[in-house]
Amino acid sequence: MLELNVNGRIHRVDVEAEMPLLWVLRDHLNLHGTKYGCGISLCGACTVHVDGVAVRSCSLPVARAAGKKIVTIEGLSPRGLHRIQEAWIEHQVPQCGYCQTGMIMSAAALLEKKPLPTDADIDETMSNLCRCGTYARVRKAIHAAAGGTTKPAAPGKA
Amino acid sequence: MSLRLSRRQFLKASAAAGGGLALEFSFPMCSSAAAGGAATEVNAWVVIHTDDRVVVRIARSEMGQGTYTALAQLVAEELDCDWTNVSAEFASPNEHIRRNRIWGSMSTGGSQGVRSSQDYVRKAGAAARTMLIQAAANRWKVPVSECRVDKGVISHRPSQRTLRYGQVAAEAARLEPPKAVSLRDAGNWKIAGRPLPRLDIPDKVLGKPVFAVDVALPGMLHASIAQCPVFGGKVKSLNADAAQKMRGVKKIVREERFVAVIADSWWRANEALKQLKIEWDEGANGNASNETIAAMLREGLADPNLPQARKIGNADTALASAATVIEAEYQSPYLNHATMEPQTCTAWFRPDGFLEVWTSTQNGEASLAVAARTAGLPLEQVEVHKMMLGGGFGRRGGPQDFVIQGVTIAKAMRGTPVKMMWSREEDMQHGYYRPASVVKMKAGLDAQGRLIAMHTRIACPSILAYLGISRGDASIDFTAVRTLSDMPYAVPHQQVDYAMRNGHVPVGFWRAPGQQNGYYRECFIDELAAAAGKDPVEFRLGMLAENDKDRLVLEAVSKAAGWGTPPPPGVHRGIAVVSGFGSYAATVAEVSVSAKGELKVQRIVVAIDSGYVVNPDNCRAQAESNVVYGLGSILYQENNVKDGRIVESNFHDFRLPQIAEMPKVETVLVPTGGFWGGHGEPGILPLTPAICNAIYAATGKRIRALPLTHHDLRRA
Repeated sequence: MLELNVNGRIHRVDVEAEMPLLWVLRDHLNLHGTKYGCGISLCGACTVHVDGVAVRSCSLPVARAAGKKIVTIEGLSPRGLHRIQEAWIEHQVPQCGYCQTGMIMSAAALLEKKPLPTDADIDETMSNLCRCGTYARVRKAIHAAAGGTTKPAAPGKA
Repeated sequence: MSLRLSRRQFLKASAAAGGGLALEFSFPMCSSAAAGGAATEVNAWVVIHTDDRVVVRIARSEMGQGTYTALAQLVAEELDCDWTNVSAEFASPNEHIRRNRIWGSMSTGGSQGVRSSQDYVRKAGAAARTMLIQAAANRWKVPVSECRVDKGVISHRPSQRTLRYGQVAAEAARLEPPKAVSLRDAGNWKIAGRPLPRLDIPDKVLGKPVFAVDVALPGMLHASIAQCPVFGGKVKSLNADAAQKMRGVKKIVREERFVAVIADSWWRANEALKQLKIEWDEGANGNASNETIAAMLREGLADPNLPQARKIGNADTALASAATVIEAEYQSPYLNHATMEPQTCTAWFRPDGFLEVWTSTQNGEASLAVAARTAGLPLEQVEVHKMMLGGGFGRRGGPQDFVIQGVTIAKAMRGTPVKMMWSREEDMQHGYYRPASVVKMKAGLDAQGRLIAMHTRIACPSILAYLGISRGDASIDFTAVRTLSDMPYAVPHQQVDYAMRNGHVPVGFWRAPGQQNGYYRECFIDELAAAAGKDPVEFRLGMLAENDKDRLVLEAVSKAAGWGTPPPPGVHRGIAVVSGFGSYAATVAEVSVSAKGELKVQRIVVAIDSGYVVNPDNCRAQAESNVVYGLGSILYQENNVKDGRIVESNFHDFRLPQIAEMPKVETVLVPTGGFWGGHGEPGILPLTPAICNAIYAATGKRIRALPLTHHDLRRA
């Protein structure tokens, strides 16, 4: 039995030590916001926070996450929306949305490390892949969230 | 209100709304109606709750392109309800069949989602509005002409009374639908035509489970699948001894063309799959390669008896007397769709004999038909739950291979839901690829540099033939010849020959099928302009009539991009105009190429005339999307064939652009009205030639084959 601290709750899971964290989250804890895209740490759809650091959960054996604080998209902002999520709505970032939770987790971790990221910081950190091509809006939304210029989205307003 | 009452209303409205007689039904209904109590179906598209919430049924799929929101906007526009009360849900394919295909088409491809639905969804909104006002007038016993509606509130000014839609929906549903309705002029739109926030985004930023991969059912098992790496191959022998003993493994399913492992988690299923010892019967295709495919296409180009996709005048005679003759050969590789969500299908053979399927599909009705056929069940005993798609781009429409597999696997575990998901490797190697093609173009200019003749020969696998879709002359696949066979330029002598050479690699509708022809044509036109010593814009405008819509977008993009003004230092421009999918599109690309030959696409300006624009912000998002999707295919994407199989297996050898490569995109929407064009694909059409023409401006090198990884861009 492994003890996992996910989104502030302790879960005891009976899984192989080498099972990637992604599959424990998705198939054993039913947390489906974290996505599978490539399985080899290239696309970032599986990004979660482990002790505050953005990690590609498809390639992290679950045993190495035991005893650490794991945060998924479901736990990113326990009360209301995270400012990154607000900015994402304000700038209408997602299209199909599949990669977006990983994108949001990467962006949130970036802001923790660099509260005012430059374009170069974004280029370097945001290596998540998006097939729909939301990149221009991702960049705008990160800057907006960093500058605190994002207003809560008002439904029905353009 | 009881479910019984609501069901009667539903039947009445469905019979009246043109579907003919709806059969008695018991299961299932769309969730809004099934939720019972507080909801009334005014007609098939519009469900209104007593608290005024409006649910719009969406028959097309949502794969990121925004149709879900745009169609809801069109219905809400004519319904004249309060947009803040509007939500949407997918129409049920099972109910669609039972109600005599009441929602029109469920197919979502060809940028048709809005343009081919707009007429009937707007009429449904208008019909519902008419019935709601009539219901209020009946209750008040006043003439309809004295009633007005605004944002879902019906008012009778003379008596200063008001009723909300939610208060009269049940009565409205019992009325006869109007025989004819008039639709609002786009100039008077209040909800449509505005950049309203998308309805699907709030859930998507929270990671709420909406995709096919997120389906979770009590007792559900997971499956991973291996198909013969050589297309068309079969399973010859299987040794599953090691896999069977692995933790969580429930069953190994061996079929003619694939093997699947069912386990209690996907990772366990996939780990066990890797331990299977499968011997494949590769069939006749084990020796196919890039070289054999190129030889097949070249043989096609040399065929003296090709069918003609276009013939105007006499191209060969005119070429013989032309002052200047230019020839060029262009080519493109196979391309995988690489949707971020791999192909996925969950199926559950219920103990009562009903089959439920959950999948990411671009055509719910096709998925239903394929599931029923695979299961051997009548359509009425199958339901397909349309999930949000993690990208589609044409992969999830025609083939439905993943539904056949998902249902086949679940059949081996009757009573238990099984979710089958492909690994990325499986997805990369078992696509329905954008066809590889080779094109030879020969053009003649007269002494004044005018294009007088063009003879084009196209060798390209046929998507329609592969998918078994017949449309017109079977020897010509319009998706393989378009843009060359329907060139808008006034060229007096034109001939286009088509060599259908299919090969063994599955081909399918890849975002804007036939878009490679836009690359060929517009790069070649650029070569001709250079040979004629003319500016690329002037050369094209000289061949386009005064009010030609290609001309209008070409002029619009030239103006917006500053064509004819000096670009920033080190920056070079290219231009192209290519129309399709109901719209007209032109692009200016600005690129720089370093001394080391490194390309940077700096800025893309794209002008699109789609007739009408339902959600301008979403249309801009689609233009941005087309830039990134196209950019990957220009820079580095290709699927190579060796030993009968696809060489590439994941994103390390089939790269996708990252944020750092994203150029600045400026979208110029120039809707001229009078027609309805699409937005999901047109933006990609002029992209490739505009960028390649800009590379020529920067380096003096013509890019006649893609991707660019095969070219040295250092200035010679």
